[in-house]
Amino acid sequence: MLSVRNISRSFGTHRVVDDVSFDVGRGRLTGFVGGNGAGKTTTMRMILGVLRPDSGSVTLDGEPVGQAALHGFGYMPEERGLYPKMEIGEQLAYLARLHGIDKATATQRGDDLLERLGLIERRRDKLEALSLGNQQRVQVAAALVHDPDVLIMDEPFSGLDPLAVDEVVAVIAEHAARGVPVLFSSHQLDVVERLCDDLVIIAGGKVRAAGEREALRDQYSGNRWSLEMNGDVGWVRGIPGVTVDELAGTTALFDAEPAAADAVLRSAVDRGTVTSFRPVRPTLGEIFRDIVVNAPAGAEEKVEAA
Amino acid sequence: MSDSSIRTSNSVGTTSGSATGTANRTGGNRRSSTGSNQERVGTWGATLLVAEREILSQVRSKAFIISTVITLALVIGGIVLSSVLGNRAVDATPVAVVGSVPAEVTDSDALDVTAVAGRAEAEELVRAGDVDAALVPDGSAIGFSLIALDEAPEGLVSALSVSPTVELLDAAETTSGLRTLIGLAFGLVFMLAVIGSGATIMQNTVQEKQSRIVEILLAAVPARALLAGKILGNSVIGVGTAAAISAAAALGLAVTGQTELLDLLSAPLIWFVVFFVFGFVLVASVFAAGAALVSRQEDTGAVMTPAMMLVMIPYFGVVFFGDNALVMTILSYIPFSAPVAMPVRLFFGEAEWWEPVLSLGLLVAATAAVMLVASKIYTNSLLRMGSRVSLREALKAS
Repeated sequence: MLSVRNISRSFGTHRVVDDVSFDVGRGRLTGFVGGNGAGKTTTMRMILGVLRPDSGSVTLDGEPVGQAALHGFGYMPEERGLYPKMEIGEQLAYLARLHGIDKATATQRGDDLLERLGLIERRRDKLEALSLGNQQRVQVAAALVHDPDVLIMDEPFSGLDPLAVDEVVAVIAEHAARGVPVLFSSHQLDVVERLCDDLVIIAGGKVRAAGEREALRDQYSGNRWSLEMNGDVGWVRGIPGVTVDELAGTTALFDAEPAAADAVLRSAVDRGTVTSFRPVRPTLGEIFRDIVVNAPAGAEEKVEAA
Repeated sequence: MSDSSIRTSNSVGTTSGSATGTANRTGGNRRSSTGSNQERVGTWGATLLVAEREILSQVRSKAFIISTVITLALVIGGIVLSSVLGNRAVDATPVAVVGSVPAEVTDSDALDVTAVAGRAEAEELVRAGDVDAALVPDGSAIGFSLIALDEAPEGLVSALSVSPTVELLDAAETTSGLRTLIGLAFGLVFMLAVIGSGATIMQNTVQEKQSRIVEILLAAVPARALLAGKILGNSVIGVGTAAAISAAAALGLAVTGQTELLDLLSAPLIWFVVFFVFGFVLVASVFAAGAALVSRQEDTGAVMTPAMMLVMIPYFGVVFFGDNALVMTILSYIPFSAPVAMPVRLFFGEAEWWEPVLSLGLLVAATAAVMLVASKIYTNSLLRMGSRVSLREALKAS
């Protein structure tokens, strides 16, 4: 398990990351979500040892992460960067060799990944000759080529078409299935929602929410319910303690305390056949907006929605 | 069944289900972090890898191949051509000849012979500048010796098939022309090689920073390995290119039979090579550290200029102050100018045996110190993007 404990970092007087703690379990895909300038990239750089935290620590399985452990980390930075004028196959092999893999194995690994990502016939091409989406795939491959023990990916899906997202997701999930802790950030909340097991939501440099995805959704579900039955549901309005949000013929969406919701269900069963009655849990986008909007003033104003 | 029980059992079911699933996944696939089959690359190993990439990527580039081939061709071609043209177009050298000098010596197109009665008259003509040299009989094996004013005319010496004793009427200690020429040659070779590689190092460093690959690289290897690899790789290329050019020049001289110049240069030349290598690393470190301070190619000018000054100063110093023994002595100990100034002093036999050793020691110490500082600047500013990082900030511990 990768644990981040109370790390902080300031640039000048601006505290970019403030006492951030969270865990990334082995085999868990952990989504790291936050607005622009929320501190995601800075946090990731500190985990990678590329940037030194002012305070706090990062541990892997209880051991402080030092140079030796960092060697096994795979990193995909937010700002994409590879050598534009280097052949992609050679480039991947070079990066693998920097991680201590011998030349033959390194070349083999690079080719395998390019094969998986549908770029094998372009392995002798220079990076700059590829389309942006394909460059992005090479960038993903660069993070994976040394078979990392920990995977940290900053916005791995930006700029990819839905099919490419699926390809990349499949490759990442494969690594997670090997028992590798995977932390990735993304603005595409639908992808995060579909993919991740755990979530860390950060705003203004502070962790606002962290935990299992479903638990978080439960936690932020409020008291919203959906009812579907045969016959008109207009009567729901008359139940005390119920605020109706949406009413459309045979379906109703309403906010109510559990007791009032019980009353609605009881009446519904009395009036006809209930086909569906369930709590409505918010999407990740809704939770995200909820948390980020409620973030105290002084945090970054720019909040990019899903 | 009560409404609340539906809800409760649902939520409990969901929670426990997912919890179990999680436990399985975590437990079943747990992999030990030591289970990977990779060795950690040491700083030295990483340095070699970086150097290897640096060398390969340059050696394979068309621009590099073409410019090297052209340079080599120009050097060889220039030497051969000047020798061929020089031999043909040389004007007959005016010489005064005293009667009994063998006729077969003076019977040459290259000589414009003025017959004179005796040695005194010949010397007079030489002093007056009417003739470049005089051939007078003496008791030696070849029967005559050569009198000239301050240096033996080269055309004449090569036109005569034998080498007579040369007697100079007004010998300067060392000729100023030759001094400038040698200074110019050492300075030019050093400056060209260093500026070429320095610019490449700077460009590659900024490119890595600009393209942000440096983040991936730094996640894998320490900054000092990146720096060292870059310096090593470019030094190999720079020194290799300089060696190739020297070899080409030597080849050209050998082909045209001008081997005297080679014999003359040998000892100072070896010193020059040694100084060159360390001086090169010194300047390369300065360029790399400077490049780490900026994030974009457009901003390199601001750091390029001071670095260029460090390279140009020795060059101009040696060219302009070549005759001033004091300035030359000082220049030969300053690490940035020593690679040019010390070999020049050695060439003219002005330095004691221990002087190059001391100067080299200073140079090596300075190189080590600059590399240390450069490594610090590199580490602290490689990830700083945006405007130029000030030197003070870069030197401060992060």
